[in-house]
Amino acid sequence: MTDILPFLKSIISISGVSGHEAPVAKLIAEKWRPLVDEVTTSRVGSLHGLKKGTGNGKRPSIMIATHMDAIGMMVSKVEDGFLHITNVGGIDVRVLPGAQVTVHANNGEELPGVIAMPSAKLLPESLTAGEVLDINYLLIDTGLTPREVEKKVRVGDLVSFANEPMELAGEIISGHTLDNRASVAALTVCLEELQGKSHVWDVWAVATVQEETSYLGAYTSAYDLRPQIAIAVDGTFAKGPGANGWQTHNMGKGIGLCMGPNMHPFVHKKLTELADKLEIPWFLDVTTAASGTDAYPMQVSAEGIPTALLEYPLRYMHTPVEMVSVKDIQRAGRLLAEFIASLEADFVEKIIWE
Amino acid sequence: MPTFGNAQLKLLEKLCNVIAVSGDEGEVRKIVLEEIKPYADEVKVDALGNVLASRQGRARSGKRTRVMLDAHMDEVGFMIVADDGEGVYRFETVGGIDARHLLGKQVYVGKERTPGVIGGKPIHLMDSGERLRKVPVDGLRIDLGLTGKAKVGDRGSFATKFRRVGPSILSKSIDDRIGVATLIELLKHAPANVDVCAAFTVQEEIGLRGAKVAAQYFNPDMAIAIDSTPANDLPSHEGNENIAYNTKLGLGPAIYIADGSTLHDPRLVRFLSEVGDAENIPYQFRQPGGGGTDSGAIQKALAGIPTVSVSVPHRYTHSPISISRVDDWKNTLALLHTALKKITPALLATR
Repeated sequence: MTDILPFLKSIISISGVSGHEAPVAKLIAEKWRPLVDEVTTSRVGSLHGLKKGTGNGKRPSIMIATHMDAIGMMVSKVEDGFLHITNVGGIDVRVLPGAQVTVHANNGEELPGVIAMPSAKLLPESLTAGEVLDINYLLIDTGLTPREVEKKVRVGDLVSFANEPMELAGEIISGHTLDNRASVAALTVCLEELQGKSHVWDVWAVATVQEETSYLGAYTSAYDLRPQIAIAVDGTFAKGPGANGWQTHNMGKGIGLCMGPNMHPFVHKKLTELADKLEIPWFLDVTTAASGTDAYPMQVSAEGIPTALLEYPLRYMHTPVEMVSVKDIQRAGRLLAEFIASLEADFVEKIIWE
Repeated sequence: MPTFGNAQLKLLEKLCNVIAVSGDEGEVRKIVLEEIKPYADEVKVDALGNVLASRQGRARSGKRTRVMLDAHMDEVGFMIVADDGEGVYRFETVGGIDARHLLGKQVYVGKERTPGVIGGKPIHLMDSGERLRKVPVDGLRIDLGLTGKAKVGDRGSFATKFRRVGPSILSKSIDDRIGVATLIELLKHAPANVDVCAAFTVQEEIGLRGAKVAAQYFNPDMAIAIDSTPANDLPSHEGNENIAYNTKLGLGPAIYIADGSTLHDPRLVRFLSEVGDAENIPYQFRQPGGGGTDSGAIQKALAGIPTVSVSVPHRYTHSPISISRVDDWKNTLALLHTALKKITPALLATR
């Protein structure tokens, strides 16, 4: 299996905040181009990579959705050289004070910056001293003079986390935006594995936009591509400090196969059986209603699509220090490739409800 | 006159990037000893780890004033206090760190600088009240990865890398590596009219401990502590004038009149501001109240030592990334070097 870590590090080090995914889309397209037959972009910016199957006539297709957008921030006001910000997607405000960021300035520059927590004397007296400040009280300092900032930065400019990824003991990688660029890496592993395999079905590798805000990419690509099966790949909660409930699973010990109303039980079962057969370690994840992933919109796209959800455990979700096991990413990619290769031409007719 | 250029900034970068938490200052001590050995007449490392370097003024006539210059080598940071297993460790802060600066940050732990992170429960798993609730230090953990190893007692700090950005420095531990770098330069260019007692102290952040014994050792005529103080010069949220800025970036070295540890000697305060005025070196007065520097301990030592503090202002104190202006540092060095040249015994003659 090729080393996916350099690619993963490169795609979490380039910007792609929800709604402005073009930079990371370009990098992913470059990587996928040699692995697929066609790379196209949807009308709203999602990346579609088509790897054609070997079947005759009109082939059935499977869509694998991995969202490439990242949560981030946006400049809401420029004041005295400081930047007021608001969130794009679900930001955990507790991690913001002291966070290293990049301001994607309107003049084209990438400005380093830090998120500042103003001293209590500068804040309304009504706030309890020492408590977590909501995002509207925080400011970004770029280290530049107010005049420089006025020239370069504008309301609406995006801000992303900027701390560099860290490789930790036990084949672990930590950094921002592993949710969900780790899935893009897993899908890339899948495409690489498929180079040596024959498969009947067409494969749509899709890097969706705006999962974190409105599921825009998943809704529209599923409608556009109208696949027979859709699989979303996303992060689930790993066990770790502060997280030990039923929703959490061990990191580095296997991938998650999720069941619940959002998933088709037959497709889910086929994935679990294949994982057992291949001895790919996996755990059962359950959701009671919405999965909070691209699986949710894809399932009800057009006339409905049998959908499954494949997951990798991730610690510290939506913080700049998210953590995943590289082994789990490789397992996810491998299972996807084997599943695709195993699909017979008439798989869909065989789908039954017990 | 000391030069101020790339060499000085490179030295500051080296000093800021190492980890030397209060009580474990070895990495900075190493750099300091290497830098000053050719310039000091005598160098001693004392029982606490202070580096105490003396350089006699070369003036052949006239009485030389014995001037102690002080900068602290230690930074605030963490200590590993328990092993929770599987790469997860409990830690405590060393020195005053606001717990709100800890969550979601990258750290290095131990002599090998083992990389790790401080993470916590994700927001998705919280009930509605929790997302704005501060997680106290004992609820946080340092995560070194599944097989990561550290020992109880290991120190750690934020994994911030020193950067130059436009007019600024973005780094951890500007407090007080900028003081250490300044003191190294002042010692290297010490003028002939003073005997310089350079104290690179330990444990300032946990009670001015090193300065207390350094002052005892040197027994100087006067002392200047060189530190870095907060600039809270951000806009007020409600738009009114910010009257609690402490110091401001860009206005030059901050001369202390009164802080939480002492009332600085008026003769020295006046002397420094007169030097600034005469030489056209910008300076500001730090707003009175709060905080503390090694002056607090030095002034009380022995039979009393006239003391003043001078600081390079920085924003975002005791956090992963502080910001200072390069020009403020340049002017601090200029003010102190020029002041040293102008010191005469008359300065301390009357109160």
